[in-house]
Amino acid sequence: MSEVLVLVDHVQGAVRKPTYELLTIAARLGEPSAVFIGPADKAAEATEGLKKYGAAKIYVVDDAEIRGYLVAPKAEVLQQLVEKASPSAVLIPSNTEGKEIAGRLAVKLDSGLITDAVDVQADGETAVATQSVFAGNFTVTTTVTRGTPIITVKPNSAAPEESAGAGAVEEFAPTISDAAKQAKIVASQPRKASGRPELQEAAIVVSGGRGTGGDFAPIEGLADALGAAVGASRAAVDSGWMPHSFQVGQTGKTVSPQLYVANGISGAIQHRAGMQTSKTIIAVNKDDEAPIFELVDFGVVGDLHAVLPAATEKITERKG
Amino acid sequence: MNIIVCVKHVPDATADRRFESDNTVDRVGVDGLLSELDEYAVEQALQLKEKAGDDTEVTALCIGPEKALDAVRKALQMGADKGVHVSDEAIAGSDAGATSLVLAKAIEKIGVPDLVVCGMASTDASMSVVPAMLSERLGLPQVTYASVIETQGDQIRVKRDGDTSTEVIGATMPLVLSVTDQTGEARYPSFKGIMAAKKKPMETYSLADIGVDADQVGLAVSWTDVKDTTARPPRTAGEIVTDEEGSGAGALTDFLASKKFI
Repeated sequence: MSEVLVLVDHVQGAVRKPTYELLTIAARLGEPSAVFIGPADKAAEATEGLKKYGAAKIYVVDDAEIRGYLVAPKAEVLQQLVEKASPSAVLIPSNTEGKEIAGRLAVKLDSGLITDAVDVQADGETAVATQSVFAGNFTVTTTVTRGTPIITVKPNSAAPEESAGAGAVEEFAPTISDAAKQAKIVASQPRKASGRPELQEAAIVVSGGRGTGGDFAPIEGLADALGAAVGASRAAVDSGWMPHSFQVGQTGKTVSPQLYVANGISGAIQHRAGMQTSKTIIAVNKDDEAPIFELVDFGVVGDLHAVLPAATEKITERKG
Repeated sequence: MNIIVCVKHVPDATADRRFESDNTVDRVGVDGLLSELDEYAVEQALQLKEKAGDDTEVTALCIGPEKALDAVRKALQMGADKGVHVSDEAIAGSDAGATSLVLAKAIEKIGVPDLVVCGMASTDASMSVVPAMLSERLGLPQVTYASVIETQGDQIRVKRDGDTSTEVIGATMPLVLSVTDQTGEARYPSFKGIMAAKKKPMETYSLADIGVDADQVGLAVSWTDVKDTTARPPRTAGEIVTDEEGSGAGALTDFLASKKFI
């Protein structure tokens, strides 16, 4: 069985959940090989989890030489690993950096690229990816017809399954060109941890928009009662009420949680593009003609400042 | 300074977007326009021109059928100096890889500028990979997802909102820059701008003009094969209740409980 490379998404050795989802998907297509690019002394921390979720092999690439450069060096690392291992596919987390690495890799390898897959299944030897396009209005299935399939996969596309892998660690020393070291990260400010789940990984997302009037306390209260992540519409971000990293929509994050609660959000196409594939959708809005109500499984026409705190109290009561 | 801004003509997101029988995007039967996210790229290119002075030239570059010329025209109306349109029947159905090839070859034909500016994504396929691919093909640094841009001579510094951190990226021109919608509202064409645009130079290239073989692009050689497209079934109408003296909170809580979210 051929290898399937999975690029590990981690922060200082702490592996993020989408990586485990990718390993689960990789096992459908072949033998999962995790590619850890990071500080060598943090690799041990990562390998345990990678093994637990099925990594047969773990390539450890020390990033001492390439830390501080944007995207291009990582694409070179993957290119060299593909040439060495001849994998049947490369899976990369579908985030800002991941998609750019994938794009460069596709050009280097002259290979087909599929981005933002929400599912990947094996059809014999072929990887068949499902994508959700046009603001979630169409579902598309695609295969790669040239080279090594490179597929970026969105968070929440598979339930991570534990399945102990051999986890054989292999150190790999890439050769990085000077050309790849031209865009330098001169400063980096890690985002403050909110104590809530990651927006794109959360099972429940509670979002607020223009209708909050800038007061996100009711949104955060409900989110905490439900163990949810907090999101915001572009209107709320543009008004300066929430940082851009909270934005759900076309130019923010795409989420696909079990439950999405939209509060004071009208439901413009740009917002829908970021949340339409959520399994269950609830909206609270004063305007009974807001387009968001066309999408919902359940809607409340009312003032979020009254409805949410009362609901939060009831939920807390029920939980005892 | 020379700037090339890449602009895409896309089906209007608020119209009824659909696919053709060969699973390519219907680009003819649906009203199109300059991709909203590319307006920010044009805006930033113009602001950089205004800062750098009069000898800076902004060229708007677009690939696509006859209709796609509208996107270049809009960029010229906003203030770009000249337009280049790459049009060739063979291009239809090209994926991101082939698109980046055609853009790269067209940029080499025009003359590699100090800055290639792109939007953060298109509003149709929204893959967000063409700027990175372009940088790979041109061998230029990529400075992407910029939300704040500062230049000094041939140096550029941008703020980039990454997934886990906010970063400052620095590089030396020439380079490929992509900008987000956080860079600031794009200007509307003025009446003067609209009139002036009619007199601005516009060139049209075929694939042969830029040295790309027809068999390198298009649907037939696409590196991916779209097997199937399915319209999402309309959501079945949900239950909508009106909050009356606190009834909404109770109904909401009951719904959450019935779906086992609490």
